[in-house]
Amino acid sequence: MDGIEVSGAQTLFFIGPIAIPQTILSLIVVTATLCFAGILLGRNLQKHPGKLQVLTEKGVTMLMNLVRDTMGEHNMGWVPYIGTIFLSSILGSLIGMTGFLRSTTADLAVVLTWAVMTSVIIWYQSIKRNGVLGWLKGFTEPIWVMTPMNLVSEIAQPIAMAFRHFGNVAGGSIITMIIYTALSLLSTTLIRLIASSILLPLILVALGAFLLFLGIRKKKLLPKILAIVFGVLGILGLATCLELLGDVQIPILQVGVPAVLSIYFDLFSGFVQAFVFSLLSMVYIAGACPPPEIQE
Amino acid sequence: MSEAFIIAAKAIGAGLCMGIGAIGPAIGEGNAVGKALEGMARQPESAGTLRTNMILGCAVTETTGIYSLVIALLILFAL
Repeated sequence: MDGIEVSGAQTLFFIGPIAIPQTILSLIVVTATLCFAGILLGRNLQKHPGKLQVLTEKGVTMLMNLVRDTMGEHNMGWVPYIGTIFLSSILGSLIGMTGFLRSTTADLAVVLTWAVMTSVIIWYQSIKRNGVLGWLKGFTEPIWVMTPMNLVSEIAQPIAMAFRHFGNVAGGSIITMIIYTALSLLSTTLIRLIASSILLPLILVALGAFLLFLGIRKKKLLPKILAIVFGVLGILGLATCLELLGDVQIPILQVGVPAVLSIYFDLFSGFVQAFVFSLLSMVYIAGACPPPEIQE
Repeated sequence: MSEAFIIAAKAIGAGLCMGIGAIGPAIGEGNAVGKALEGMARQPESAGTLRTNMILGCAVTETTGIYSLVIALLILFAL
């Protein structure tokens, strides 16, 4: 693939024998940010709350309502765990937008750890409720023929959870990168096409000036934006045509277009995946912790 | 010759993997969202619960599509 390089997390440096990859650095940053925010927001609570405290209380209440609706009143002890997973996931996806830190959730190791944590909690709860033999007997239900299928589904559950989150975030970042490269090629081709004759850039600049004049007179935004696009393309075409730039290539289309992709893949997809991951954790854990009435 | 052949085979394989793999989840999610919308239109008061469960169902349905995405990426970049 020309110009497209996809790699996993690179090792940055070593602390003793332990390698520190990019994602672990981001993970440390995320954890430190969350700890700091937690201490800052949870400290010095007032009876008459300020703006920040109202906002925090609103968020915590929303989380508690979500857990109450999904898991039931008896499972409210899981609120901190679910909240931690949700916040780590969403901040881990968003940190990729800074540009120099890699998204933690684009590393399979991170999400697989969270998924295995949830699985271990489920197994622990089942063993606590039924005993080891009762837990093992659960695999042979409804009949013993189903045992291999039950084992496979038990192992596949954390793997599916991890791959769902990892695939969404990593796939999104790779698609963004491919489109980014394609835009650079496209802008080079477009400027070459414009510069093929001296007349075309001049027409574009004239069109841009006319549209700018129109936009200022009618006070509309669209003609102004079009005017800037036409003007920049025309000036770049003119510069390339007169060979002022030499070999320098300006990927003009890379401005603006990737922001839309970033809003979809980082903001929307990151939020939905964090929500889905914590929702699935809630549903699975709630399945292992039924209400006290049924337990007897 | 063989290098170009390998690249072409990779591209065809990844394209087929993603294209065929996307059919199932797309139909499934469309069904799920359609039924959920039907339910919401009939009983607007249960829209909140329906939306949560719909997103959950969509996420589970999407897993097969994500598997094919991972396989396509492996074919393209790791193979």
